[in-house]
Amino acid sequence: MLALFVRDLKLAFRSGGGFGLALAFFLIVVMFVPFGVGSDLTLLARIAPGILWIGALLACLLSLDRIFQLDYEDGTLDVLATSPLPLSGITAAKAAAHWITTGLPLTIAAMPLGYLLNLSELAYPWLIASLAIGTPALSFIGAFGAAVTVGVKRGGLLLSLLVLPLYIPTLIFGAVTVTKSVDGLNPLPSLILLAGLTMFSVAIMPFASALALKANLKG
Amino acid sequence: MTIIANNICCTRGARQVLQDVSFYLSTKDCLILRGPNGVGKSTLLRVLAGLGQPASGTLELDHDDVAYSGHLDAVKYQLTVVENLSFWAGVYGTDTIAAVIDRFGLRQLADRYAANLSAGQKRRLGLARLTLSNRKIWLMDEPTTSLDTEHTQLIARSISEHCGQGGIAVLSTHLDLDIPTAKTLDLARFGPTKHIDTSIFLEGSY
Repeated sequence: MLALFVRDLKLAFRSGGGFGLALAFFLIVVMFVPFGVGSDLTLLARIAPGILWIGALLACLLSLDRIFQLDYEDGTLDVLATSPLPLSGITAAKAAAHWITTGLPLTIAAMPLGYLLNLSELAYPWLIASLAIGTPALSFIGAFGAAVTVGVKRGGLLLSLLVLPLYIPTLIFGAVTVTKSVDGLNPLPSLILLAGLTMFSVAIMPFASALALKANLKG
Repeated sequence: MTIIANNICCTRGARQVLQDVSFYLSTKDCLILRGPNGVGKSTLLRVLAGLGQPASGTLELDHDDVAYSGHLDAVKYQLTVVENLSFWAGVYGTDTIAAVIDRFGLRQLADRYAANLSAGQKRRLGLARLTLSNRKIWLMDEPTTSLDTEHTQLIARSISEHCGQGGIAVLSTHLDLDIPTAKTLDLARFGPTKHIDTSIFLEGSY
């Protein structure tokens, strides 16, 4: 399992690995918002938490189909499915590698981007905490969507339709955590709920993904 | 260690391709599947590998003994030859990479990216995985595709040795491989006798 995790990280950083894709998309979306809505600093500060969270979520969505599709196309997934690794372990390792190469860089990039959107100083620790705690859920739920749509040629649309509704709770609690900290309210309860969502996803989704993969590969 | 196939029927999509295939293989056996394109060789190999269910009939084999090589090489282009092999060694928990590299003539190519290999070299890299896996049952779907004469013989020799050491091999091929102990199963004999009319579901979607 460790071998698979390390290999996925290596592939992401090699040419054509798509490591920069999510990050670049996130930077572009957030940097374009001030051009679109104008330079009203109070307005930007108010919408900053939502923009940062939506940007991170869409950036994450963009790279989901790579989780299984590339391995499916070159036959690796077939061989992995017949290897000693359990399918749930395979999906967990791949989702974890996806988080390291998308969720983690997005969390770090959110800091300078918050500054661009005039985010209140009070909110920074909560922004970072909410993204660090919330984005693993995006990777694990996304891996499930990718497992369901593996083998569907250009299944990106289907994948998005499937995954976006499942992302809504994470988005709500993530953005509310930051908004509350801006308003001087206690953001801890929503952060704890967000952590609960992530723990639930990390615990359940590898098994759900394994079932979906099994249905797709073993027909 | 045995493979017992009892009246297996296989389907591809919703179409039946093989009917009532039975065979018994035990250690040191090598079975070569033959038959024209589309007869169901790959489908049967996938079923044996656990990547599909027989539509009916029973199959007795331990999937934990199986190393499968499909018609795709399962090679990552962005990794070097050694990195590809180390990955599979990690997956199968073995550590015989150096021996395998020499065995399959990959020493010269060891540090080259798989993207820069020829089709035959990629094939060898894919097949090297079987030796690396240290598993008893080799299932190979047309292993000799794109290999030159010399390496076709190398693969035939590897299969013979594997079986000689107590392994089992099932492979499909269109060539005459030099494997003295091999038995041949012509799958053309097992074509479906009764056709299920699935045209209303299927034909339109292709």
